[in-house]
Formats: sequence, structure tokens, C-alpha cells
Amino acid sequence: MNDQAEPKERIGVYVCHCGSNIAATVDVADVAVWAKERLGDEGVVITHDYKFMCSSLGQELIERDIKEEGLTRVVVAACSPHLHEKTFRTACARAGLNPYLCELVSIREQVSWVHSDRQAATEKAKAVVAGGVERVIHNEPLEPLHIPIHPATLVVGGGIAGIQAALELADSGHQVYLVEREPSIGGHMAQFDKTFPTMDCAACILTPKMVDAGGHPHIDLFTWSEVVRVDGFVGNFTVTIRQKPRYIDTDLCTGCGICWEKCPKRVIDDVYEAGLGYRKAVYTPFAQAVPKYPVIDPENCTYFINGKCRACEKFCPTDAIKFDQEEEFITVQVGNIILATGFDLFDARRVPQYGYGRLANVFTSLEFERLCNAAGPTNGQIVMRDGVTKPELVAVIHCVGSRDRNYNNYCSVICCMSSLKFAHLVKERTGARVYNFYIDMRTAFKDYDEFYQRVLEEGTIFVRGRVAEVTDAARLPSEDGKLIVQVEDTLAGRQRRIPVDMVILSAGLEPRHDAKAVAHQFGISCSANGWFIERHPKLDPVATMTEGIFIAGTVQGPKDIPASVSQGAAAAARVLGRINKGEIELEPVRATIDARHCSGCRICNGLCPFNAIIFHEDAMVSEINHALCQGCGTCVAACPAGAISGSSFSNEQIMSQIEGLLLFDRPVRSRHFSAV
Amino acid sequence: MSKNGQAPKEKPKFAMYWAAACGGCEIAVLNIGEKILDVDANFDVVFWPVAMDAKYKDVEAMPDKSILLTLFNGGIRNEENEHMAKLLRQKSQILVAFGSCANEGCIPGLANLSSMQEVFNAAYESVSTENPQHIRPQFSYQVPEGMLTIPLFYPVLRTLDQVVDVDYFMPGCPPESHQIAAVIDLVIAVLHGEAELPPKGAVIGVGDSTVCEECQRARNIKKITKLVRIHEVAEVDPDLCLLEQGILCNGPATRSGCGARCPSVGAACIGCYGPAVGVVDYGARLMTAVASVIDSTEPDEIEAILDGIPDPAGTFYRFNLAHSLLHAARPAMEEVIG
Ligand SMILES: Cc1cc2nc3c(=O)[nH]c(=O)nc-3n(C[C@H](O)[C@H](O)[C@H](O)COP(=O)(O)OP(=O)(O)OC[C@H]3O[C@@H](n4cnc5c(N)ncnc54)[C@H](O)[C@@H]3O)c2cc1C
Ligand code: SF4
Ligand code: SF4
Ligand code: SF4
Ligand code: SF4
Repeated sequence: MNDQAEPKERIGVYVCHCGSNIAATVDVADVAVWAKERLGDEGVVITHDYKFMCSSLGQELIERDIKEEGLTRVVVAACSPHLHEKTFRTACARAGLNPYLCELVSIREQVSWVHSDRQAATEKAKAVVAGGVERVIHNEPLEPLHIPIHPATLVVGGGIAGIQAALELADSGHQVYLVEREPSIGGHMAQFDKTFPTMDCAACILTPKMVDAGGHPHIDLFTWSEVVRVDGFVGNFTVTIRQKPRYIDTDLCTGCGICWEKCPKRVIDDVYEAGLGYRKAVYTPFAQAVPKYPVIDPENCTYFINGKCRACEKFCPTDAIKFDQEEEFITVQVGNIILATGFDLFDARRVPQYGYGRLANVFTSLEFERLCNAAGPTNGQIVMRDGVTKPELVAVIHCVGSRDRNYNNYCSVICCMSSLKFAHLVKERTGARVYNFYIDMRTAFKDYDEFYQRVLEEGTIFVRGRVAEVTDAARLPSEDGKLIVQVEDTLAGRQRRIPVDMVILSAGLEPRHDAKAVAHQFGISCSANGWFIERHPKLDPVATMTEGIFIAGTVQGPKDIPASVSQGAAAAARVLGRINKGEIELEPVRATIDARHCSGCRICNGLCPFNAIIFHEDAMVSEINHALCQGCGTCVAACPAGAISGSSFSNEQIMSQIEGLLLFDRPVRSRHFSAV
Repeated sequence: MSKNGQAPKEKPKFAMYWAAACGGCEIAVLNIGEKILDVDANFDVVFWPVAMDAKYKDVEAMPDKSILLTLFNGGIRNEENEHMAKLLRQKSQILVAFGSCANEGCIPGLANLSSMQEVFNAAYESVSTENPQHIRPQFSYQVPEGMLTIPLFYPVLRTLDQVVDVDYFMPGCPPESHQIAAVIDLVIAVLHGEAELPPKGAVIGVGDSTVCEECQRARNIKKITKLVRIHEVAEVDPDLCLLEQGILCNGPATRSGCGARCPSVGAACIGCYGPAVGVVDYGARLMTAVASVIDSTEPDEIEAILDGIPDPAGTFYRFNLAHSLLHAARPAMEEVIG
């Protein structure tokens, strides 16, 4: 492979058994012996196979060899670098070897777990080891980057998750900018009457937190606002916030409510009242809104539409109405960002056979939340669409839009519990007979199953089966004027038609309609569904692959309030850790442009997902800001001049690794030419 | 270097040879004007078929390493090319792969996309060829006087460095006269002990970057929304980067050295100066670069934009197919491997 006589490195190769994870499929001892014999010319001076390389004994083996055998490079053949690269690099560092001179090659995820033929797997493991050895020869010692952390934090989304995160950070004395799109913070939770499983009043537990956040000396609240631009990088983001005009001077407004009392324009409230109730053109979404100041909605305000009215202005006792207010752009500096933009409710119209939007007495879960809310459009009266009639028979359908290949394949987590909540509330307030139609009852977590048992005892009837149809086409006289729920009762093993007065659809949770755009704006990724992707599904659920961007609550996936609050707190804790440390250490895996070779063609300029590339007009060359670069490699691949190289992923390293993999046993390339 | 010219009286020897190539490289050398007299003044030209009479057997008779400098142009297409490459390697101290064919295969190397049969069909049976008796070359033919042979034609064309060890690489189709003159000046300076030779394996007669660096056209962040051929553009902006006007220009990927001759007169760079420093596969580099700046995420739209490239192989690999990782397409390769 290599014709020069003296190898310039002294390389140690360590082959891990991973218990039987690797050893059952790969002859690890053979790989170690082979590596010593066949890769000696490349500089391999010592090889070992060992039961658990990641154990302290395994690590000590490497450390001892570095010290006693004078190793200058280390290759560990074990699991994926995602798992233990850091372990082995740290072990090397302890023994005085630059950690980046250690390579971890995967013979578990890429070999033993995906093959069953022991002999072939062993051969492949050898190739993988050969690739690692060829590559490590070209590794260079690197030093981690140290980035100072600005102590302020941006929280986007003022639902319960965002509020919790903001309060945790502000309570510990650090500045927070909380940006909320709606006129008030609170999110979905502010729409509920009661919360499962304890049935506390949602407002009673939420509003103290809202008030806290609204008045906190360390929280700057931007409602009716959106982030329009994010520049910079972990430790030092520059964020531009667009504050839409409220047309209210908040220095003068006392929140007295005279304006919305006097405003003649009634508007259906699609957001907070889920379309069930009205608001005015000047409004606060709900009585306990934080901040207390209303906004004027110019799309519906009579004055904005035809230049007449100004009733609010006339009556406002403090002259706070300002029709000439303009949008404002505010720029803030922050070190970290927490995204808590929440979820949208699945649009039940997409399941036409359930009749929502067509059959008057089919309600969505959020509509029902408003219906039973004491501050809602019916003052908490559970009545049918006519606004007066109490239902006597109510159906609650679980899993609408969830666990269904036609819509969303996933479980929305909270709807079994909220469906039970609805059954309980209907029973309690109307005495109606309630049927819950479920596929599987998912009541995991503390006190949830007890709540289910309570609802069972209250006499709610549970029918196991996916509802086929909700219809008003009666077949029997007893069905006249009713909604009929057609379902296969899978426990009874027969089709049933159950007439009811009212149907509540427990629609699932979906990513926000603009989730992909928001993810893109902050440089993070979404899953195929649109939920924001965490750094690690189990071990790092609130961090993302982008340094300095954290996620909390339902943006990350469906969850209930306790889990959203926990994530809000967890994200805050992660940020606090960084603020307290004052700086972070970043992997030095970065791309660099060699100015001599850069032609200034500007191919790379628009490609960096982290905006790390700058172009110097004067010198006509491009340059990469190392604090911004995340080492993704996009520009490296794109540069036609080959002027960009990625440390740790140089062309030499990659080509050598490929050659190692391909040529480990046979000189393929020369064969092409010698046959002529 | 003086150790190379042991007897000071005797001038160092120079050779130039033409393998599978068009002959343009030879012309380019002659085109350096009066500089050619410096060559004559400083060298003893021992072998240069295009300029003087010489026999292969004369070369075979020369002592090994007796020629100081050989400029070898052309790819290795047949047995004769290979023999001469090996012979000149043996007889020369410094062997320079001169011009695109010797370096990368150039236009003759594009035949690596086709099988030998297809190559012969194109040469002997195409519409523009008059060959009523369907005569094809026979590599050996028995005549009363004995067996006649012509050099064997190989299924793929190889570049000089795929056949013998090469000391320096000088790209260009052909190399620019001012670059040839500069290299000759350098070698003469070395002979006089006034300069040092570049390290073995160096690419000479080139710049450090790519053609865009030498191009005077203004450029912006690249975003390609269409690709067209130059005659399809109503009015080519004389000051704006051609690529930004949708005209596929190879400048970004092509080694500088030519002075951006083509883009400066409004024609797109076609890549004759070969890959940039350290680039293994020119075509792949350029393709990734162009693909990276296609301004769309819609598969159909991307497809439509790329349809604007009439001949992808001939655009991205026009000069370098034989030296690319691909080297040859399957029909040709199968004839090699058998
Ligand atoms: C019908 C129903 C009943 C439920 N009942 C219960 C219950 O009883 N108990 C329970 O534990 N859980 C319940 N849940 C679940 C609960 O609603 C969620 O767990 C919780 O609301 C999630 O909070 P969040 O902060 O993640 O998201 P959200 O409440 O959605 O808050 C996100 C906030 O971000 C704002 N925002 C969005 N995009 C942007 C942007 N680009 N810029 C700025 N701001 C933005 C939104 O306006 C919103 O204020 C129920 C859910 C439903 C649908
Ligand atoms: S001016 Fe607009 S907001 Fe004010 S009262 Fe009239 S309609 Fe309402
Ligand atoms: S793509 Fe390469 S050559 Fe072009 S500007 Fe970027 S770094 Fe320079
Ligand atoms: S490797 Fe290039 S594209 Fe990727 S983050 Fe770094 S500069 Fe940006
Ligand atoms: S015209 Fe061609 S050579 Fe000139 S800058 Fe544009 S791409 Fe580069």
C-alpha cells in the first residue's frame, strides 16, 4: 500500500468485543492479529482485542501503551463515534496524546449488528480497521475552540414551556428576552378550563406564572412580535425582533377595557376561542392576558378598513390609542436561544367521515375546552351548537388524526387523557351519558391510570374500536335527529351504531404550520413530520445539533404540561450551565479556506447553513468564521478550487480512509492499468 | 544542477515527442517566437520528430538518462505511444507531461466513454467517411514478403503518469506561450545555477488558484436559476460573471495560468488547464460546485435547470476523463479487464 520503508507513526489498534455485541459476529482476535501483521508497514506496532474497551481497564490499556510504547496514533475499533469517541479521545489526552490523533471506527453498528456471516463480517471489520489506520496517519493535532457566552437568553414562544424556561433563567439573575407571536403569553394552556389528571383550574396555576414573567425585572417581554433575523453563533447571537404595531401606547394604557367595550366591530376569534366565540377589533385574548394591553387588529378595525369610527380613541380615558404607530425592529444580543413555539391542533376537517364543519354538533377538543371554560363563550355551560340545549348523549372520539397512516402515524400522547377529562367534565356538568371510543387506552405517567379508573367508575361507557363514521342519516326511528357513531366494537366483536347528541373529536397534536421555516431560521432540523430534532432522543432531548439552540415543550414532540414544564426547566438549566462557565469549548472540526487557492468565485458564499462564510470584496477571497462554522462540510464539497478543507475531514484523510477500506487486501487500482 | 552538465562544453540534451495528441502542443512551443533561439542556444536538440529527422533506434542507442529534458505531449493510445513513453523515461533525467493530453487525456481521452469497436465505427464508418470496402485496421497482416504489423490499439487511453513516472506536469490545451517561455527561462536559469528546480511532481506553468481569479468579470453570490448555451443569450453582459448569466463556465474549477483568455473574450472557460491544486477528480468537483448553487429545492425544477447542460460528460470531463476517478466507461473498461 505504502512503498516508503519507515512508517512515520507508531500506531496502536484496539479491537473491542463489546461483550458479545461484536465478538459474536466478528472474530475480534483474528482482526487484532491481522492488523499487527498486515498493517505493520503502515506503522501499527501494537494491537489488542479486549472485552470492553470503554471500561476503565480498557482505557487504561490505551493510556499505558501510549506511555510505554510511545504510540503517536490510536485506532479503536468498537461502536459508533457518536457513543464513545469522546471516551477514547479523553483517555488519549490523559496519557498526553492529542485527542484528535485517536480515531474510533465502528465495527458494531456498521459490521456486527448488520451482518450474520461471521467470516464475511470479520473480513469487513479488517477493511474498516485498515481504513481507520490509513486515515489516522493523516490526522493532525487540534486544539478545541473557546467561545465566550453572552449571559442573556432569547426564548421564543410564550406557552407554558417558554414561560418556565424564561422564569428559571430570570430567577437566577440573568436577562431573558421572551418573544411571543400573539398579543398575550400563555399558549394553549390558557385556553383550558381544567387540567388532567388533578383537574386543577388551568388559569389558577398558569396565570401566576404569566404575571411573574410579565413583571419580572430580568424579563423583557415582546408580545405581538416575531423574530425576523438571527445572526451570529453560540455565545453571541444577534437577534432582530419585529414588534407589530399594537396601535396602543403601552405607557399610557391602563388596560381598563373601555376600548374593547366600546368597539363596535365583532370578530370571530379563531385563535383563543377556537372559532366558538367573538372578540372585538381591539382586544386582549382573555381577561388575564399578560401584558394587559390590547392590540388593534387592523384587518378588522373599521377605521383601518374605511377610515371612520375611532370609537376607542374617543372613549379611551388616557388617550392611549395611537393609529399612527408603526412596527418596530429591536435588536438584542444573546448567548443562547430556547425555542418553545409549541404545536398546532390537527385540523379535524381532514377526516371528512367524522363530519366536523359539516355536522353542527361535532366539536373539536379545543372548542370543547372553550365550551366548558367558565370564562368561555357559554360561561362554562356545556351546550350544543344552538347555544342552549344540553346534550344527553355525548361521544368522545380518541386518536383523531393520530396513529393513522392517512394522517399522522404517531401517538399524540395527550389525547387519551384529555378525552377522559372531557368525559368527566360532561358527566359532572350535564349528567349526560358519555361514550369514549378508543383504540388503546394510553394512560401512562403518574396518577393518569387512577384518573381513568375514576372516569370508569363514574359510568362512562368505553367502546374499543376506531370509529368508521359519524353521520346524521338515521336508519331507525330512535336515530332521528341524532348523530350516529358507526363503530366496530372490537371487544364485543360486532358493528354498533350509537346515537348521540354531541360528538367531541380529540384531535391530535401537529407541528406548527410554520415549523420548517422557524427551524430553518434558527439553523436546526425538523423530523419528516416537522417536530424539531433533539441532539439525542434519550440522552440530550433539549439540545439540538446546532450549538446554542435549545428546544423545549411540544415543539420537540407531543407531550403534556408536566413534560413541557420539565423541558422548559431543563433547557434553562443547560443554558445556565453555559452562562456560569462563561465560555464553551467547541470541537475544532472546522473548515478553512486557503486564501492562496481561493479564486473568489463565490460559489461557496451562499451555501453555509450557519452563515459562516464571508467574502472580502477588496482581496476577492472568501473566509470562514470559525466560531460560526459547525464543520458540516457543505462548502468543502462545493468549492471547485479545492480551496476549502475541513480539519478532521481533509481530502487526504478521506481518500486514505477509502483506500484503506478498498485496498486493504488487494491493489485494485493498479489492476486496471496493468491488464492492458 | 551543474552536476547534470558534467562536461561544461557539451550542451545539455533536449527532446520533445508527440503521442496521441492533435499537434497543437508542438505548434505552441514553436509559437514562443524568438525564445526558441534560446532553446537552441542552451540545448542540443537530439530528438524532436516534428522539427527534425530522427529514428527511434537512435534514441534506443542513447545512454540512459542522457537527455536532460523531454517534453512529452499526447496520451498513451497504442503500443507505439507506450513504447516511446517508456523509452524516453529511461533516457531522460527530467520528463515533463506537456499539455492536456499527456496530463489528463484531453479530447482523445473522451474515447474512453466508448468501446474500441465504437471508436473504429466512428473513425471508419461514419457518414463523413468514404470507405466502400469497409476497410478496418488489422494489427497484423500476412503478405508474401512476410508479416506486416502496426502498433496495437488499446481499449482505453492512459495519461503519461498512468504509464511511467513523470517529473513535472504542464497543463493546457495547449499550454500558453508565455507560460512555456517562462518554464524555458526557468530551466535555463537552473542550468546557469541561478534558480532551483521545483519539487518533483510539481505542476508548472500555472497559477495557484483557478481561472476566476484571473477573470475580470464582476461576481456575486452564485445562484443558478437556468443554464443556457451562449448563443441562446440575447445579450451577454460583458462585465458580469458568465456563470451568473446562466452560461456554464468551467472557470471556477480550472487551474489558473491561462490569464482567463476565454472568459475575457466572452466565451466560457472549457477547462483545458485542468484541475485546481490537490483536486483529484476535476469533473466531480465542478459538478458538485454547480449542483450546490442550483437555486431550487424542487426536484422537477432542478431537473429542468440541469437539462440546460447539453452534454454533461463533454462539459465536466472534456479534458480530464482519462485521469478522473472514473477513467473510462464500462464498454471500454470491460475490454481492459476482459
Ligand atoms: C385539547 C387539549 C387539551 C389538553 N389538556 C391538557 C391537560 O389537561 N393537561 C396537560 O398536562 N396537558 C394538556 N394538553 C397538552 C398541553 O396543551 C401542552 O402540553 C402544552 O400546552 C404545551 O405547551 P408549549 O409551551 O409547548 O406549547 P404552546 O402552548 O403551543 O405554546 C407555544 C407558544 O409559542 C407561540 N409561538 C408559536 N410560534 C411562534 C413564533 N414563531 N414566534 C413567537 N411565538 C410563537 C404560540 O403563540 C404559543 O403562545 C392538552 C392539549 C390539547 C390540545
Ligand atoms: S377604531 Fe377600530 S378598534 Fe377602535 S373602536 Fe373602532 S373598530 Fe374598534
Ligand atoms: S468556492 Fe472556493 S474558490 Fe470559490 S470563493 Fe469559495 S473558497 Fe474561494
Ligand atoms: S463547513 Fe463550510 S458550509 Fe459547513 S458550517 Fe463550516 S463554513 Fe459553513
Ligand atoms: S466568467 Fe467564468 S471564469 Fe469568470 S468569474 Fe465567472 S465563472 Fe469565473
